[in-house]
Amino acid sequence: MKKYFFVMLLSIMTTATFAQSEKLIKAMEAKIAILDSNNSVDAWKELANSFERIAEAEKTQWLPYYYASYSNLMLGYASMPQDGSMGDNSSISDPYADKAESLLNKAISLTTANTEIYCIKKMVHSLRMMGNPMSRYMTEGAKATEALAKAKELNASNPRIYILEGQDKFYTPEQFGGSKAEAKILFEKAKGLFDTYKTESTIAPNWGRSQVWYFLSQL
Amino acid sequence: MFRNLKQTKMNWYKKVPLVLLFATSFYWANGQITIKGVIKDNKQKPLSGVSISIKDSYDGATSDSTGSYSFKTTEKGEQLLVISSIGFKSFEQKIKLEGTTIVVDAVLKEEISELTAVVLSAGTFEASDRKRAAVVLDPIDIVTTASANGDITGALKTLPGAQQVGESEGLFVRGGTAAETKTFIDGTLVNNFFFSSVPNIAQFGRFSPFIFKGTVFSTGGYSALYGQALSSALILESIDLPDQSSANLGISVLSGSAGYQHLSKNKKSSFGASYSYTDLGLAFAVIKQKQDYSKAPAYHSGDANFRFKTSATGMLKYYGYFSSNKLGFTTNSIDSLGYLDKFAISNTNIYHNLAWKENLAKRWKINLGVSYTNNKDDISSGMQDNNKNDVVLGNLEFKQFNINTKGNYFNAKAVLEKKLKGLSAVRFGTEYNYSNDKLIYTDYNGQQYPSGLKENIKSIFGEADVYATNDLAIKGGLRFEHSSILDKANIAPRISVAYKLSKGSQASLAYGVFYQNPERRYLPSPNELTFMKATHYIAQYQKVANQQTFRTEIFYKKYDNLVKTGTTGFTDGAINNNGFGDAKGIEFFWRDKKTIKNFDYWISYSYLDTKRDFLNFPFAITPNFAAKHTASLVMKKFITPWKTQFNAAYNYASGRPYYNIQKDGLNYKFSDRGTIPDFNNVSFSINYLPAIGKKDAKSFAVYVLQVSNIFNIKQTFGYSYSYNGLRKEAIVPPSRMFVFIGAFISFGVDRSDEVINNSL
Repeated sequence: MKKYFFVMLLSIMTTATFAQSEKLIKAMEAKIAILDSNNSVDAWKELANSFERIAEAEKTQWLPYYYASYSNLMLGYASMPQDGSMGDNSSISDPYADKAESLLNKAISLTTANTEIYCIKKMVHSLRMMGNPMSRYMTEGAKATEALAKAKELNASNPRIYILEGQDKFYTPEQFGGSKAEAKILFEKAKGLFDTYKTESTIAPNWGRSQVWYFLSQL
Repeated sequence: MFRNLKQTKMNWYKKVPLVLLFATSFYWANGQITIKGVIKDNKQKPLSGVSISIKDSYDGATSDSTGSYSFKTTEKGEQLLVISSIGFKSFEQKIKLEGTTIVVDAVLKEEISELTAVVLSAGTFEASDRKRAAVVLDPIDIVTTASANGDITGALKTLPGAQQVGESEGLFVRGGTAAETKTFIDGTLVNNFFFSSVPNIAQFGRFSPFIFKGTVFSTGGYSALYGQALSSALILESIDLPDQSSANLGISVLSGSAGYQHLSKNKKSSFGASYSYTDLGLAFAVIKQKQDYSKAPAYHSGDANFRFKTSATGMLKYYGYFSSNKLGFTTNSIDSLGYLDKFAISNTNIYHNLAWKENLAKRWKINLGVSYTNNKDDISSGMQDNNKNDVVLGNLEFKQFNINTKGNYFNAKAVLEKKLKGLSAVRFGTEYNYSNDKLIYTDYNGQQYPSGLKENIKSIFGEADVYATNDLAIKGGLRFEHSSILDKANIAPRISVAYKLSKGSQASLAYGVFYQNPERRYLPSPNELTFMKATHYIAQYQKVANQQTFRTEIFYKKYDNLVKTGTTGFTDGAINNNGFGDAKGIEFFWRDKKTIKNFDYWISYSYLDTKRDFLNFPFAITPNFAAKHTASLVMKKFITPWKTQFNAAYNYASGRPYYNIQKDGLNYKFSDRGTIPDFNNVSFSINYLPAIGKKDAKSFAVYVLQVSNIFNIKQTFGYSYSYNGLRKEAIVPPSRMFVFIGAFISFGVDRSDEVINNSL
């Protein structure tokens, strides 16, 4: 009887753990599926909140924090004035950048340094720079470049590196070192990498295909 | 009893399959509960994008544009509902999950943060990259303001409150003299901020604007942390660690400079040094000066610094500066036709500043600073005949003299701060200012008259910032000072209040009492003197919208105990503190970066009505350093395809009064009075930055062309009078127009290392 009980208890426990990670994966997959098709501020808010809820419920998983950080950054980018003004918009950019950075720091504490983390780090600094390009170009711009270099060092075949690099080239005026031709090469490189890209799991970072498609259609 | 326990235990595990059955049944039965509600802010406006979640669960929702949310959960029993949004305080509520629907509405309170909180901005202009409403300038504005000539105070003169005084250096604020403005670097007083005075030629500040990351220019009502300035405090904060190691080189028509900054690999410490040599000889050969220079101004200056992080939050900074300069010139003498007045000065100045800041436990913070200055001036004055031979003329013997001064100054300051809830804080500390001035006056006979003056000013101060909400802030402070030379003490209260009227707009009030010792040249005095006193009343309205700032301020300043001069026995000097005066006015500031793309401009206007009776004034009059109307228009346009920034500035001041005061028996009287013509100045500069945007650029160059008074407008700053008062001569700038051309290149050492390593 006693033995029977322990075997049973063990089996319940394993099912529970298994069910839990399955629950995580299921919840994450549903959100990750819309990452690439999403464009609206409201949807990014929804995603940012959802990933953060999962992250805070799990507490030991870096990926939910990673996605929560990414969603807050995309929310930040989407909230910036789209008139191309070079002035001080730090009151818009900084709260999102700060939030994304604190989530990213939690992700960093739960995993080893990897290329995806540095891509997000790059985006944090880029968002801050966009808050006031004239006065932050030298500081935040340099930090963004540094983070991207580190991402490349850790895994040069991560297509997202080239998307971020391509976006910089795409949006920066030519006088400041931007180049649509170079952007195109970078997006094509990302596209090529995606062709053979394999993720470790269904919830590992895999976003970016629609961005590549969008930018290539603009070039 | 033990038996009983065993029994229950047995019973419990007999029931296990049943428990399991129940548990699984919940999974399948989907006994879901709906949680819904509406989220608003404290102004009853619906909040969208708010996260609503059950703590430690996946279940939750995001509020929509009407602030409503609704979600279903399978969680059961007592749970914690967490409602949060960026910029708001999180709202938590215990809920009991039973039944089918639970309604939880919430009102979120704004988080008190620097970004959203009201700012105590009365009388304060800030140039920094901090995210505060008092910030009206970026640090880069200091160097890109066309009329500033790369000088910090030059840029501040385009803000309301400051006068366009061209014949002498310093900031003349709201009817105050230049001596009523004091400068502080990293908290401690700076004794010789400007190069030593030269008759009728305004001198520059000694320090490069590039060593500061933050500038706070107070035109009144400043904090109890600072004192000994009746009108204004200029508070400068030096830069922290550089972003990378770099070397820089500068070449211009006036000067050559080189410097190096090294950032350690772990990015926790840095050191650097620079040297520059400036010689105006070449420029003066091309641009004719009013003065005939026997020695064109030449300056050697060097500085050195180190900075290191003493902990994650602590930083120790040292800045050391040395300069040595000489100049000598003659001008046609107004006292005796056909003769020349000769003036020469050589100055050496050494300045050290050491500052340490650290966050301590329990939200305590400490700021310590010490500075030491050693300043030496050798001035010689006299007359020459047409062939430039020194002569001494009868009745004008007094024009032949030498003055040798040596000053040693030591300042120390300690401030402890305790952060309270939100942005509220209390601060208190102490300041010590020591000065030892020695002066030797040598008359035409070679007779020497040495004098000396030692002064110790000890102060203690405390202040509290109270942020009741994001919308209301109050700062109250008290400062106590004791001067050893006056053997007197004072207590100065300061208070300011700021209230947020709506998003981006706020109103502020400030009141304060400010004391200052009589200027050193009136000390020691055979007569008993006391502190001079000013009382400030300021009201401000400010509105900051996207890329636009509007500010207006009205003020009233009352002066008491100003120094009066006269004759005691046989010597002229300070006789008492019976002087008085007042200043009132209104000021406007408007900056707009939005209306025209890539075009940035600001306009400032000041109206000033001031009268004072001080020094040898026969009665209260508007002093010669106060113009009724002052205005500036500063424009900046960056043309991206050309990588070039164009800057222009127009400065205007209505005519200031001039007068000549002469002794009539025992009294002083005006022998001549009038108003100088209006002042107009248009300056223009171009900065060309070819490397901008090149990510892998190994060097970053800035080419500068600057022209001041581009339209060659005649400017008159006042009149100087012959000793007998019979002849007068306009005081004009040394040259009408001035042109500056230079190149400044910095090499990012780290960056080029990276490039090399990557290509290997």
